Amino acid sequence: MTMGMKIDDANALVARSDLSAIAEMIPMDAKILDLGCGSGRLLKALKTLRHAKVMGVERNQDKIIECVQRGVPVVQADLNEQLTEFPDHSYDYVILSRTLQTVKRPDKLLNEMMRIGNHGIISFMNFGQIEARLQLFFGGHMPVTKSLPLKWFETENIHPGTIKDLRNLFRSLDIKVLKEMPIAQQGDLFKLLIPLSSSLFASNCIFVISK
Amino acid sequence: MGTKKEQPPTLVGIVRSSDYCFGDAPEDALQLDCGRSLRGVNIRYETYGTLNADKSNAILVEHALTGDAHLAGFHSDTDRKPGWWDAQVGPGRPFDTDKYFIICSNILGGCSGSTGPSSIDPDTGEPYRMNFPVITIADMVRAQKRLIDHLGIKKLLCVVGGSMGGMLACQWPILYPEAVGSVAAIATAIQITAQSIAFNWVGREAIMADPGWNHGNYTEQPEKGLAIARMLAHITYLSDESMSNKFGRALQSTTDYSFNFGSDFRVESYLNHQGNSFVERFDANSYLYITRAIDYFDVSVKTNGDFRKAFEPVKCPFLVVSFSSDWLFPEYQSRTLTEILLENGNDVTFCNIQSGYGHDAFLLEYETLGKLMSGFLTNIEPEVKP
Repeated sequence: MTMGMKIDDANALVARSDLSAIAEMIPMDAKILDLGCGSGRLLKALKTLRHAKVMGVERNQDKIIECVQRGVPVVQADLNEQLTEFPDHSYDYVILSRTLQTVKRPDKLLNEMMRIGNHGIISFMNFGQIEARLQLFFGGHMPVTKSLPLKWFETENIHPGTIKDLRNLFRSLDIKVLKEMPIAQQGDLFKLLIPLSSSLFASNCIFVISK
Repeated sequence: MGTKKEQPPTLVGIVRSSDYCFGDAPEDALQLDCGRSLRGVNIRYETYGTLNADKSNAILVEHALTGDAHLAGFHSDTDRKPGWWDAQVGPGRPFDTDKYFIICSNILGGCSGSTGPSSIDPDTGEPYRMNFPVITIADMVRAQKRLIDHLGIKKLLCVVGGSMGGMLACQWPILYPEAVGSVAAIATAIQITAQSIAFNWVGREAIMADPGWNHGNYTEQPEKGLAIARMLAHITYLSDESMSNKFGRALQSTTDYSFNFGSDFRVESYLNHQGNSFVERFDANSYLYITRAIDYFDVSVKTNGDFRKAFEPVKCPFLVVSFSSDWLFPEYQSRTLTEILLENGNDVTFCNIQSGYGHDAFLLEYETLGKLMSGFLTNIEPEVKP
C-alpha cells in the first residue's frame, strides 16, 4: 500500500508527528478536506496510503502550485471567510492542522468545519504547555519555544489558547470530542510526563470532533 | 498582447496548418442551435507533437475571441511573431510536445481559415455575409467534435482555454462527457454577464454604424467601426494598474498639449495602433457573429438555468484559474464554477493568480499559469484512459 508513496511525502509525515497521527486516524476511502493544507503533503499521503478522496484549501499561491504539482486538488480560499464553496456534510473528515489559532474567529471556523464535515480533526498548539507557562510566569514575556518560534509581534498566532480553552469552546458550541490525543514533538522535554496532564505537558494535541 | 512583457523564445519552429472539411452531404451537415444547418464546413487547425498509439495524449487548446489556430511556432522564416500561446508550447513546457499531441483549431464563425461569414455559401456560390446563421459556443464545439472524430481521438486528455476559449472548454464536457478527460478553464465564465453583453453590444453598434459596413455587404473592411470595436474591447482586457504602469499620462510625441483632438496621450495612440492593426487581420462580420455567440453563452440554457443539472454528467477534473485584476471575467465568476463543481463532486483546483495585467494576464502570466497547467496535466495523465 505504501508502494506509490514518494519518499518526501513519507518524510513529511515523520517530521510532523501530529500529521502521522492524523493519517493513522483516517479510515480507507474517506473524503477528506484539509483546511490550510499548505503544499499538500498530508493530503498526498492520505491519497496514497488511505486511498482517500482529497481536497485542500489554501490561501498562498505558491503553495497551491506545489499542491497541483503533487496531484492534490486545492481551492484558494481564506479561512477567515465563510467557505461557501463547500456544501453541507460533503466530507467525512475536515482537517485543521495548527491553524485554528491564526484565524480571526476560531469559533466561526469550528462551526464551518462542523457544517462541511461529519467529523473534524484538529491539531492544536497548546499555549498552556509548561514551557510556555514558565516563560510567561518567570520571564514575564510571551513564550518563544521550539513549537512557537516567533515573537508575539511577528507571529501569525493571533489567538493563542490552551487545551482547556479549546475544551471549553467545544462545549459552548455543542461540539462533541470523540477523541483527544496529546502529541509530543521530537525533542520535547516533558514527553514522559504527558500521561499525567496533557494540558500541562503536551505541546500539541489532536482532537477528533463531531456535532 | 496589450502590455509588453518579454516572452521566452519559441521552441516549436515552423508549423503548417491543415484543413478538415465535412458536411458536404445534407445528412452530414452541421446542425446548429438556431435550427439551421451548415454544409461544406471547413475547420482550420494546427497540431504539435505526436499522437500516441492509443490516441490518449491529445490536448485541445481553445483560442479567445480574436485568436486563431496558430497556437505556436512560425508559419515561415519571415514571420515576426510566433503563435498566440507560444510560451506554453514545446519540449518541457506545459503543452509538452514530447509528451502530448496538441490541437488548436480556428472556431466556427471565425475568419482565419474556418467557415465563417466571409466563406462561400455552397448553396449560392456567394459569401454568406449576414446570411451566415447565428451560431453559439456549443455549435463551435460541435464542429470541433467532428474534427476530433476525424483525427480518431475518442477521449481528449484535456480541453484548455482562456477567455472565450474557456467557454468552449467548459461546454465540451457538457456536450460530450465521455470525450473529455479534464478541463482547464482560465479567466472565463459559464454564463456571460450584463457587463460583457454591454461591451459586445457597443462594439457591434460601432461596426454597424460605419457606413462602410453596408449591412455586411462590404468589399473592404469597415475600418473605423471595426477599429473602434477593437479599441473598446482592448480596454476591457487591460486594467487600471496596467494602463497606469504602461502609459500613465505620458504624451506621445509632443511636449505639451496640442489643444486639439488628435492623439496627444500615449494611451490614445496605443489604442489607435491596436484598432488599426486589428482591421488588417480580422473580419467585421465575424466579429459580430462571434460576440453574439459569446452573449448567448450560458451552460445552463438547456437545463432551464440549473447549473448543477448542466454539470451533472461531467465527472472529469477541472483546473479553474482567474486573475486578481481581471474585471472582464472577475474572480467571482470562476468561484461560481468552482462551487458548482465541488457540489457536483468533481476534483477541482481553483487559483486566483495575483496579477496586475487584467484580463490579458492569461497570456502574460505564462510562468505562474504554466506551473499550474503543467502540474495539472502531469497528474491527469495516469488517471485518464480512453
